[in-house]
Amino acid sequence: MAKFAKKKEGDLPAVSTASLPDIVFMLLFFFMTVTTMKDSSLLVQNTLPNASEVKKLDKKDRIIYVYVGKPTKEYQGVYGSEPKIQLNDKFADVSEVGSYILAERANRPPEIQNVLTTSLKVDKDANMGLISDIKQELRKVNALKVNYTTYEGNAFNNLQ
Amino acid sequence: MPRRKGAPEVNAGSMADIAFLLLIFFLVTTTIETDAGLDRMLPPNEPPEDNVVIKQKNIFTVNINKNGQLLVEEELTDIENLRTKAMEFLDNNGDGSCAYCKGKKDQNSSDNPSKAIISLKNDRETKYATYITVQNELVGAYNELRNREAQRIFGKDYTAMESEYLASETKERMTPTEYEKLKEDVKRIQDMFPQKLSEAETSNN
Repeated sequence: MAKFAKKKEGDLPAVSTASLPDIVFMLLFFFMTVTTMKDSSLLVQNTLPNASEVKKLDKKDRIIYVYVGKPTKEYQGVYGSEPKIQLNDKFADVSEVGSYILAERANRPPEIQNVLTTSLKVDKDANMGLISDIKQELRKVNALKVNYTTYEGNAFNNLQ
Repeated sequence: MPRRKGAPEVNAGSMADIAFLLLIFFLVTTTIETDAGLDRMLPPNEPPEDNVVIKQKNIFTVNINKNGQLLVEEELTDIENLRTKAMEFLDNNGDGSCAYCKGKKDQNSSDNPSKAIISLKNDRETKYATYITVQNELVGAYNELRNREAQRIFGKDYTAMESEYLASETKERMTPTEYEKLKEDVKRIQDMFPQKLSEAETSNN
């Protein structure tokens, strides 16, 4: 039967690449949705200490960040090299922490206002005096849930 | 004049390239990071009730000086030994009322885990890194004891149970009864070794 020409044996059919854009778009959308752009730039040095007994901080909407550390190189001329507090995008004094927390709390939806966590991102070279002052301020505004944010790792590495 | 054809078909072959370009951009800018750290509750800003008497033997004092040295129960201690000491103290079971404790029943140490209090005091000049290490060791002491009991009762680690309980997707994944059960289990272990970590105001000297 000559009508049914035999297909050649070793001839592989070409793989269709028509669905490649779809696959790539799928990946694209995934990364677009999980991407979070950094919203505040750091004005302070922020090398966190290590700890092993950590708990994850998901639920980003329930976290208020407080940064503490020495001002970075370009700000040291103006602000000196003593550890400072950074709230949002500017340096702040200890006395401003309380009002900042209250303002942040007022911005959140009412149902989560009571379960907010304050994440203290403190440079490992900071002194405890400043941290104690911040903790006193937090107690005054009744923001009692704090999280000492750290890297995961061996805690004894901090001592070197 | 030839009849005008419809709009010519756009070549979609380069679509994949464009998509790849975007993909690579988002890949590079993505940071899937969840922060992690040590959770602590601060004491409420109320004057303490002054009629509470706590026996000295139920308090485990940890003092950190400005050079990062530790004074644990009036003894200079290496930070490496802090966790073991804290565990011995919590697990001591001096009055014998704690059935699951495996401690030494030393009369000069804590009565039982629910009475045992760890008091942490630090200097204003203590380095934050040292403070975190000490906090980590103390939380670690609680976690190790809780893990021991969770392993005995439920056959899994307390830390794993707790992180499962706290994870945001667990509530959707589980049925309400399963979730309640997990909550109760976590609570049960927590109550076996309640975390009583008190932090006094910092000293200035």
